[in-house]
Amino acid sequence: MSAKTLYQKLVDSHTVVKLDEENVLLFCDLHLMNEYTSPQAFSGLDEKGRGVLIPGQNISVVSHIIPTHNEMPRMIADPASSLQALNLKKNCVKHHIPLFDTNHPLQGIEHVVSPEHGMVRPGMVIICGDSHTTTYGALGALGFGIGTSEVEHVLATQTLVYRLAKNMHIKINGILPVGTTSKDMILNIISQIGAKGAIGYVVEFSGSALKDLSTEARFTLCNMAVESGARGALIAPDQIAIDYVFARCPDITGEIKERALAHWASLYSDKDARFEKEYEFDATDMAPFVTWGTSPDQAIAINDSIPQKDSIKDPLDKLSLEQALRYTKLSDGQTLEGTPIDHVFIGSCTNGRIEDLRNVLAAIGDRKVAAGVRAMVVPGSGAVKAQAEKEGIADKLIAAGFEWRKPGCSMCLAMNDDVLTSGIRCASTTNRNFEGRQGRGAITHLMSPAMAAAAAVMGKITDVRKLQGASNA
Amino acid sequence: MHKLSKINGHAAALRITNFDTDQVMPKQFLRGIDKSGLAQGLFYDLRFDDHGELKPDFFLNQVTYAGTNVLITGPNYGCGSSREHAVWGMQQFGFKAVIASSFAEIFYSNAMGNGLLLVVLPEDQVQALMKEADDQGAPISLDIDIESLTVRTLHHEFTFTMSARHRRMFLEGLDVIGLTLKYKAEIDAFAQKHWNKQPWVKDVARKTMDRLN
Repeated sequence: MSAKTLYQKLVDSHTVVKLDEENVLLFCDLHLMNEYTSPQAFSGLDEKGRGVLIPGQNISVVSHIIPTHNEMPRMIADPASSLQALNLKKNCVKHHIPLFDTNHPLQGIEHVVSPEHGMVRPGMVIICGDSHTTTYGALGALGFGIGTSEVEHVLATQTLVYRLAKNMHIKINGILPVGTTSKDMILNIISQIGAKGAIGYVVEFSGSALKDLSTEARFTLCNMAVESGARGALIAPDQIAIDYVFARCPDITGEIKERALAHWASLYSDKDARFEKEYEFDATDMAPFVTWGTSPDQAIAINDSIPQKDSIKDPLDKLSLEQALRYTKLSDGQTLEGTPIDHVFIGSCTNGRIEDLRNVLAAIGDRKVAAGVRAMVVPGSGAVKAQAEKEGIADKLIAAGFEWRKPGCSMCLAMNDDVLTSGIRCASTTNRNFEGRQGRGAITHLMSPAMAAAAAVMGKITDVRKLQGASNA
Repeated sequence: MHKLSKINGHAAALRITNFDTDQVMPKQFLRGIDKSGLAQGLFYDLRFDDHGELKPDFFLNQVTYAGTNVLITGPNYGCGSSREHAVWGMQQFGFKAVIASSFAEIFYSNAMGNGLLLVVLPEDQVQALMKEADDQGAPISLDIDIESLTVRTLHHEFTFTMSARHRRMFLEGLDVIGLTLKYKAEIDAFAQKHWNKQPWVKDVARKTMDRLN
């Protein structure tokens, strides 16, 4: 039998039938839904009189539109959004699909909620009407985003007509320096391969730099792989991943556990497996990264400067740089360090996990949020929020001047009422710095939670390593 | 999906790389539970100013460009959020096709599944079409033939490729779910075999929720 990549093994083990050279009918183990990419899928089903084929493999979460104010019960003031939440509940009840509703104590962002309660297991195929479904690759599961028509297709058939991707291998050697995280790693990689560098590929990450990364850090890495166009991101499950899963899956016991372990041990790319594209990076050279433009690949190391216009040959890339700098009100050749910020947002499916909040606290030490800066912390889920409160993180952040809010997607895409106004400059732990994403005319700088925390207490974009150096002295 | 074999296009250029779906269809238009009203949201921040007035300098707001139904644009069009609203909005506005050297994956599958034709051409050919459109200062006539997979203008003729499955979907107007449901016996058999092999993935959402509640 010929050598296979991990990706090929996952696709092969989920192929119901091969439709043609490019497409297979792919079986989906878990389908997650939210309130804004599913309504038209349910109406489509109803119009054609179709039902949900396997309800128990589907789950819904109210995540994108939910307000994060510190009020109970949580009420959605916007009538259209409120109707979306009600509509999701109605559809889930009708089709017997489990739901984390608005006031469920474990409600949160779908990509935070599902792995933290053991719904993500190595070797699974997981899909969702949300592009950051690539997150689950951290546990050796093939996750990818789909559109609403495909949501309807999965509900009706538990499968997808799936166009096969090519294989890309990104090897990251070395060890990340102190003060840098997997967020810096992925921003660094995207800045080098470009926002379209992995279109058509599923990326497998490997290398010595991953060995020390926690599962949470790996989620961040795989989450943002989609920002380079990747259709999926994978990390072969190791002991760290397996420990994470078993801590959350009390149902896998006895003989089943032995079989699961044996299966998961087979989830790696064979030695001679062929990748159509390969890259190598050295984590040792990496530094904290910050975006300067309006695409996640427009990022530089904190001690570097924005590319010079004249150094760019491709006319379209040059135009992108000019358009981006016009929007972000920065100049080519300048550095980002010292740029004043108005707002800090810590949260999202990229960086709204407990480890991220611990990093925030560690970065600020006993400093306070700078005068004139509004800093919001939005935990990724009810469980993250409860854990942070139990550990005393919440109290310390509140004492430092941060707003401690209820879980949701919030200001990552600003679909709820957490929206920035024009001209506001935001240090954000999210995944996209697109024009208008956090509010029309608002300027987003993507960075790690530690870097965002440093920006909050200094009132400007800062190299977090300087704060750490100072507090260690 | 309706049958479609030829598009008589009026094409214009939008020179933006990595044009994301947040810009194609901003979030404030995603709050519906149906597909209505999305033409208003299309390219909202480019078309409208802060007071909700049409921006006269944006080409689609000019009389000359009324009737533009094919967009020629930069690589990685449709990156970002998976929102299919972006595709529905383009169609409601009147777009029938988009030409670029690459498209984001989810957008590609959303568009082709809804009958918005995405034509992938090499970047130099895309540039040639953009130049032709710029030189004319008005939308250029452009015919796209899905049978022969060709794009034809006054000055150029290019061929493109698409999967046999997508081509059939356009030419025959197929109901994809209906087609897949013909494999229902195979899906059921696959599921049983799959769950026998990996019982820990069966009913994973339901069982987890029952445990948590």
